[in-house]
Amino acid sequence: MATPGHHTLSVLVENRPGVLSRVSGLFSRRGFNIESLAVGPTERADRSVITIRVDCTRHSVEQVVKQLDKLIDVIDVLEVAPDSAIERELLLIKVKADAEHRLEIMRMAEVFNARVVDAGATTLLLECVEHPDRLAALEELLSPYEIVEAVRTGRVAMTRASIANEAARPKLNILG
Amino acid sequence: MSDSALDKARKRTGKMTGAEAIIRSLEAEDVTICWGIPGGAILPLYDAFMRCDHSIQHVLVRHEQGAGHMAQGYARATGKVGVCIATSGPGATNLVTPIADAFLDSTPLVAITGQVPTHLIGTDAFQEADITGIVMPIVKHSFLVQRVEDIPRAIHEAFHIASTGRPGPVLVDIPKDLQQAEFEFAYPEQVELPGYSAEFPDVPASIAAAATLIAQSKRPIIYVGGGVINAEASEDLILFAETLQAPVTTTLLAKGAFPDSHPLSVQMPGMHGSKYANWAIHRSDLLITIGARFDDRVTGKLDAFAPGAKVIHFDIDPAEISKNRRADVTLLGDLKRTLPALREAVVETKNAERIANQRDWLTDVQDWRKENPFRYMKGEKLKPQYIVEQFDRALKGKDAIWVTGVGQHQMWAAQFLSIDGPRRWLTSGGLGTMGFGVPAAIGAQQGCPDAYVVNFDGDGCFQMTSQELATAICYDVPVIHAVMNNGWLGMVRQWQELFHDERFSETNLFGTIPDFVKLAEAYGCLGLRAETEAEVDAVIEQAIAERRPTVIDFRIDHDEKVYPMVPAGAASHEMIDQVWDNDWVEEGV
Ligand SMILES: Cc1ncc(C[n+]2csc(CCOP(=O)(O)OP(=O)(O)O)c2C)c(N)n1
Ligand SMILES: [Mg+2]
Repeated sequence: MATPGHHTLSVLVENRPGVLSRVSGLFSRRGFNIESLAVGPTERADRSVITIRVDCTRHSVEQVVKQLDKLIDVIDVLEVAPDSAIERELLLIKVKADAEHRLEIMRMAEVFNARVVDAGATTLLLECVEHPDRLAALEELLSPYEIVEAVRTGRVAMTRASIANEAARPKLNILG
Repeated sequence: MSDSALDKARKRTGKMTGAEAIIRSLEAEDVTICWGIPGGAILPLYDAFMRCDHSIQHVLVRHEQGAGHMAQGYARATGKVGVCIATSGPGATNLVTPIADAFLDSTPLVAITGQVPTHLIGTDAFQEADITGIVMPIVKHSFLVQRVEDIPRAIHEAFHIASTGRPGPVLVDIPKDLQQAEFEFAYPEQVELPGYSAEFPDVPASIAAAATLIAQSKRPIIYVGGGVINAEASEDLILFAETLQAPVTTTLLAKGAFPDSHPLSVQMPGMHGSKYANWAIHRSDLLITIGARFDDRVTGKLDAFAPGAKVIHFDIDPAEISKNRRADVTLLGDLKRTLPALREAVVETKNAERIANQRDWLTDVQDWRKENPFRYMKGEKLKPQYIVEQFDRALKGKDAIWVTGVGQHQMWAAQFLSIDGPRRWLTSGGLGTMGFGVPAAIGAQQGCPDAYVVNFDGDGCFQMTSQELATAICYDVPVIHAVMNNGWLGMVRQWQELFHDERFSETNLFGTIPDFVKLAEAYGCLGLRAETEAEVDAVIEQAIAERRPTVIDFRIDHDEKVYPMVPAGAASHEMIDQVWDNDWVEEGV
């Protein structure tokens, strides 16, 4: 119970002013560190999903979920289990790529389903949408060529379509 | 307001300004009184107060903190939502302390603040403060209204959120231009809050599991918090406790939720609680927690709190379950449903047999209680506990509301008053706000005009909000402010004496305290003083008889300490105490 671990929370919120600061503020106030956070619209214009990655103990994550659920603008909170969900993140990365290494880098990109979205005289800009672990691996492989700039969106997640569940967002049991 | 008048207020429609809409919305929420101070950004509302026909009394205070605490005192004494109003910027920031206080003590409070006009928001305009941002971590919710049409809905939702589930403060920030704008008013019938619900399904399996734990228990204790008062569940609690025949300990916030005079009561647990409450908790095998939250002032060292006990936790707030102490069985929802449900389930078990088996437990607790009452040593100087006892006696049988500041005097009042009903003890527990007493007592008195309201205050606390004596005079609010004047920030001094080698850093007020009798008179209050035991009864009697705003300057022994005490970080059964000779006075509970 006391060992920390990574948890991905999918927080469905009403699109009201200040909702993002309410959610993120709760983490800092209760002493939890956010590793990554991604916000975006959903299938409904009046709702957004905030996907948050935290590193904390099971007991802490239960507290966080309950405290989030108390926020009036939060409609529900889902802890996304890695094996029952698809998790993705977008990486944009600019690498030094002189004539000698250019092809090598592009081949490596292919293996990772990354695309070259722009090219300069000495650099390449790659884009990759993948599981965050794969993005980390790609970054690692590219690092010897010198990474000029890299930016990631933070992960988003959704429970798998193959898992039979009528509800799009199966309710988390916070009552037990 | 009568039901028909209320119905009419809710059905009102028509063209009006945002400012009038605030008033009409407050009427629709059955608000009859509110507290505040006007200023630029809230001027249109104050103008409407004078321009419109309405049934709301506005109480002009001397400091917005006073408005907030008065609204809190009113709310806690009556069970209704308290309403306070302030202008933008400094007016709003002056409300921060009462809002935080209401948050930690779960008090239903709606704060309405003016904001700079919408086109100036974000420009650092005159008296602009991002008050919704400032209070974010200390409110149950807040609204920054962005369209005049949204005013009725925001106020309706604010009252709904403040008063349902676990009550708390809600702030509604309304820009000045929206108060001036005109629109077609209609009060919403329902709230649209898909992310909020205060309802919980009944869980029969949890009731059964709790009944089983009780059936197996040999040393149960009921640990009661302020949630019982918010749920209006005192009667249900008494029946429950009597069915179980278990001792009941009431936290500082819950004093009165279960009668202090009941044979099953072991009074307050925690840092300055009774030895018998702390010992009973320590020895118990089942802690039946009802609307309480395992605050550190109750538990002391958390791992050592009730080490052998299973926990049944009743609460309306799921986030309190297993926050500090893991619950074995959880009962979520309204206590008025869950308490009777569990009681019925207990009756179905072999309850009489269990009670017979736990007779030793009750005898032990009663013996501890007899041998270790709250007590104090008589001396030459006037003892604060004696004053509390004499007040208690003087108002026995009368409807009395007791309010306090924060410090030693608060603890003496908690220990030596015997209170038998809910909403008759108002104190700042979670935040421990010095200055709470004077305004909270005024608000309570305005909500309960027939009650006798006594504010036990400290000389330090009193000086933080004594300006509200002017409010008491203006509105003829006959609270008795009994100032326990020890010339020190006494509680801090006690810690310095016990834990900091008597280095009394910045706690001596002596020589700088104004003459409280003259101060009282300057405001137009009755000012009285007692310096010896012999003088105490006479001033109490006079204060009760005159029934007008009164300050009594009690010159008490500055060396008196609050005992027993669990030092910070110690286990709750490890209480320190002074060495007694025979010259102590047993409390007559
Ligand atoms: C607003 C605020 N500031 C500081 C404190 C810290 N504090 C707690 S008790 C206390 C002393 C209170 O003195 P007084 O009102 O004279 O009461 P006494 O303890 O002497 O009875 C202080 C400074 C507090 N609780 N609240
Ligand atoms: Mg003092």
